[in-house]
Amino acid sequence: MTAAPGVDHRHASVPPWRDVRILRVVAQVAAVAAVAAALAWLGGNLVTAMSERGLAFGFGFLDNRAGFAIPDSPMPYEANDTYGQAYLVGLLNTLFVGVLGILLATVLGVVVGVARLSDNWLVKRVTGTYIEVMRNTPLLVQLFFLYFAVLLQLPPVADSIALPGSVYLSQRGLFLPAPQASPAFGPWVALVAMALALALLGRVTSARRKATGRRTPPWGRIGLAGALGAAVVGWFAFGAAPLTLQVPELGRFNFSGGMSMSTPFTAILIGLVIYTAAFIAEVVRGGIQSVRRGQVEAARALGLSEGDTLRLVVFPQALRIIVPPLTSQYLNLVKNSSLAIAVGYPDLFKVGVTMSNQTGQPVPVIVLIMGTYLAISLVTSLLMNAYNRRVQVLER
Amino acid sequence: MRSNLMPVVGITVLALVVAACGETAPSQPAGSPGAEGGRLDLVRERGQLICGVNGALPGFSFLDQATNEMSGFDADFCRAVAAAVLGDPEAVEFRNLTTDTRGPAIQTGEVDVLIRNTTWTVARDTSWGLFAPTTFYDGQGVMVRAADGIASLEDLADATICVQTGTTTELNLADVFDARGIPFETETFSEIEQTYPAYDEGTCDAVTSDRSQLVATRTTLANPDDHVILDEVLSKEPLGPVAPLGDDQWFNVVKWVVFATFQAEESGITSSNVQDMVGSEDPVIARLLGGEGDLGLGLEADWVVDVISAVGNYGEIYDRNLGPGTPFELERGLNSLWTDGGLLYAPPYRS
Amino acid sequence: MSIETMAPPSTAVTPLEWMRRNLFSSIASSLTTGLIGGLLIWLAVNVGGWAIGEARWEVVGNNLRLFLVGQYPATEAWRLWLNLAVLSVMTGLSAAVFGSTTRTLAVSTSALQLLLALLIVPSPLGTLIPPTTSLVLGLLGNAAGVWAAFVAGRLLGPPRRWLMIGWLLTIPLTFVLVSGFGPLPEVRSTLWGGLLLTVLLAAVGIVLSFPLGVLLALGRRSGLPAVRVLSTAYIEIIRGVPLVTILFMADIMLPLLLPGEFRIDRVARAMGGITLFSAAYVAENVRGGLQAIPMGQYEAAHALGLGSLATNLFVVLPQALRSVIPANVGLFISLLKDTTLVTIVGLLELLGIGRAILAQPQSLGAHLEVYVFIAAAFFVLCYAMSQASYRLERTMGLGSR
Repeated sequence: MTAAPGVDHRHASVPPWRDVRILRVVAQVAAVAAVAAALAWLGGNLVTAMSERGLAFGFGFLDNRAGFAIPDSPMPYEANDTYGQAYLVGLLNTLFVGVLGILLATVLGVVVGVARLSDNWLVKRVTGTYIEVMRNTPLLVQLFFLYFAVLLQLPPVADSIALPGSVYLSQRGLFLPAPQASPAFGPWVALVAMALALALLGRVTSARRKATGRRTPPWGRIGLAGALGAAVVGWFAFGAAPLTLQVPELGRFNFSGGMSMSTPFTAILIGLVIYTAAFIAEVVRGGIQSVRRGQVEAARALGLSEGDTLRLVVFPQALRIIVPPLTSQYLNLVKNSSLAIAVGYPDLFKVGVTMSNQTGQPVPVIVLIMGTYLAISLVTSLLMNAYNRRVQVLER
Repeated sequence: MRSNLMPVVGITVLALVVAACGETAPSQPAGSPGAEGGRLDLVRERGQLICGVNGALPGFSFLDQATNEMSGFDADFCRAVAAAVLGDPEAVEFRNLTTDTRGPAIQTGEVDVLIRNTTWTVARDTSWGLFAPTTFYDGQGVMVRAADGIASLEDLADATICVQTGTTTELNLADVFDARGIPFETETFSEIEQTYPAYDEGTCDAVTSDRSQLVATRTTLANPDDHVILDEVLSKEPLGPVAPLGDDQWFNVVKWVVFATFQAEESGITSSNVQDMVGSEDPVIARLLGGEGDLGLGLEADWVVDVISAVGNYGEIYDRNLGPGTPFELERGLNSLWTDGGLLYAPPYRS
Repeated sequence: MSIETMAPPSTAVTPLEWMRRNLFSSIASSLTTGLIGGLLIWLAVNVGGWAIGEARWEVVGNNLRLFLVGQYPATEAWRLWLNLAVLSVMTGLSAAVFGSTTRTLAVSTSALQLLLALLIVPSPLGTLIPPTTSLVLGLLGNAAGVWAAFVAGRLLGPPRRWLMIGWLLTIPLTFVLVSGFGPLPEVRSTLWGGLLLTVLLAAVGIVLSFPLGVLLALGRRSGLPAVRVLSTAYIEIIRGVPLVTILFMADIMLPLLLPGEFRIDRVARAMGGITLFSAAYVAENVRGGLQAIPMGQYEAAHALGLGSLATNLFVVLPQALRSVIPANVGLFISLLKDTTLVTIVGLLELLGIGRAILAQPQSLGAHLEVYVFIAAAFFVLCYAMSQASYRLERTMGLGSR
């Protein structure tokens, strides 16, 4: 609803310069014209300046050879690939950090938010301090601190800290064993998929049971148990284990084999997670506190345990309050991932800056990068709006 | 409820902005304003030269702790241009640029001249700006820890190499290693202040850049003697000043300031004797010091006197910042006058 | 403290009882207490040991000047002191006249300056700052100025309007003093740095983005579809992109967007970028406040014969803005933190100068010291702002709704 002024019923007799309908049109035309003129002026200057300096506006350069290597690429990429592929690498990295960051920050944020309301004085204080420190210092300072003062101060790769389970930690990053598929992997996956399908069936039947009130045998659970059993048996039955662990081995310079989390990636991921989690924790705390005390007391009176009270009574109601501000925290996290440039992680913005520099075409590159961020933000808010509607429906 | 419309509106407006840029294209004649002679007048009007420098590379351009002033080889060439144009070597605003920002800075005319150990390439010559004569002939090198016992590039298989983004060295590294089939990983930085501490702290096994930069920054490492620079040279790296595209007069000024420092060394003119040489009988020297006017550059007749009294000739600039007596002790090598077997060769300063 | 209130009936518990209730109420709670307590002790020993023993705080102390004002010329430093003195006096006067939140502000202003002065005195961490008489005197003088002005304000009771005008005048005055005008020699913005630049960027951003944001919010709720679409598009586009990209664009693309040799100072560009960015967020906050205004208020205003401008100005906005003040303070805290991003485009504000200092051979490897100092500086500023906002929220009775 807009704050429309009341309609003037005497307009028939007023002169045109006082006629609200005409004034409205004039005002709008003027506004549009002013903005259009400003844009045209800026655009004109841009075109003049670009042609003077021999800059082209076009995206043809995306097909040219990039020529620079990108560390931390989630897809196969080498210097011989095109700028377009380099851009994709940056985009994927941004999305990867964004999605992983959102998941981890949500988990940490909920835990801290709940802990903030703990009965234990020490827990309350520690989480409170964590939240205040994170919220009142700039993310960029935290990132530099994490990267230069913590991660880079870890021992060099040759003296890596060996953690149990063939995990190695050094200033080059974290090296973990990686699962490796063997020929037995395919059939085994089929078994696991079957177990999952049966579990889904179980949910459907239990939903039917809730809807109709008729008791049916728990087919889903029986099937799930059977398939899981088959999966466990299958692990040993196919001769070779379907998955083997490939352990990272220290070569002359670096670890090879296994999985690795490079230091820049670790820095930006941890930095974003612990920063955003502090904000999410406050959102969660606010949401939980908005649930009326009587609800908790009623749940207790029904004999629900503390965990069940939180899970079944408090959270579903708190969610309504939580989701809208949570959305803006998610959006902030994705936008803040552009600070990856500070720790040298090749995200969209960093790859964009390198591209603008190596191609000598800053204008189209900036337009491309900003447009991409805009698209990511819009998609995120669309998804969260859809989720918000679902949560709101729960209100009866 | 209305917010669901926002995505659509957002995209539409973005499209409009882009379209607006495209639409106005034909109506604007190309390259009219600020063309001929623009930059020279602009700098004079402003009374200050805006010079893009590195700002963190010892020997070339860095903030001297003792004096709190920008000092170094590149910084002195900024002062030389300011002395030539404005008669005052201190009328310079130094602007620190990273490898990522230097290209756009010269392209957009943000800086009047870019003197930031920048390699001359054909693509940069056509899209960034016009390259004045090379002031420093360099080549790409690789620095490694002595303890690692690395003798050649092949020993660097699977190593992690630190390199600065947006540089020719970043591209050369990929070229050379791919051509020889040596697998490698990179760790990239846009600032020199990040690159070398990261290498020093062990993030990379090697660092690659122009050899002069490696020599200069080695002195800033915790234990300089623990590091060696490999003998192999990966590429040619001619470093020189860059003037914005499309302004011939200004480009000529920058170009001839550099040549003047070469010629002064060749003619034996130094900062201490330049005032005595003004009335010299040697016609070459007399012309250089303003005997026949500025010969078309649009500067004061005695601009070379201003330049040489301010910063000295090429040899003086080199020795003061990089030569013996400095921590770097770089040999002149290719950066000697052509008469000494080097590549410095100034065309005749005459009509 | 001015109003005496009766304390609630005492429910004093013995420390032992308190601990049993708050730390060891259950087995799980006791375990957690033990675990976290142990961790905290370990941290305290290690961090404390580092801070007192190993840390090279002299890196901070020796470069304090750079941290505070960047390369601002020492000969012109008196102008900054004068500016600070004016602000201190204004804060003191406001605390006397307006009370409540401004009082918190005045207390923290003087406390901060005293704290800085205290750091100069030898402490367990050693002498953090090489003692300079001018610095000590300046800080003490300013802290005293706040209180003197407070007392003077109490006695004289200057009208509120004068103070408002005074505050409005401090903005141009600050710029005249910092950048120089008329007889004062010019100090180019390239020399501004450190905390000075951080505060300037944030202050300009806050002062300018607020009115712009209000206009955008009104535009977004305007009855004119074209105005609504334009405002909405602006707000959503800006909110959809990261601030770095806007700063990057302001730094690199602006020269292309402006004609010929028309150039804008780099600091001004950063200020513009921050303002344009922040305005979109302010607009969304204000919109929330506008939406909370009941329709009856509009109708009543119309019944009184007010036009839509007058309705907005005298009826709607005063109520809407009042209700969004806490949210806006939160935004301005983010804005203050976001000024650090100008480091990425190469301006030397507090974080940028810190990184420049780390590049000095003398301070190689002092990452912890420098970043801890910068983080602490931001924490103090942001925490003071957020506390002021909480207090404001309470005095206005906003949180209780």
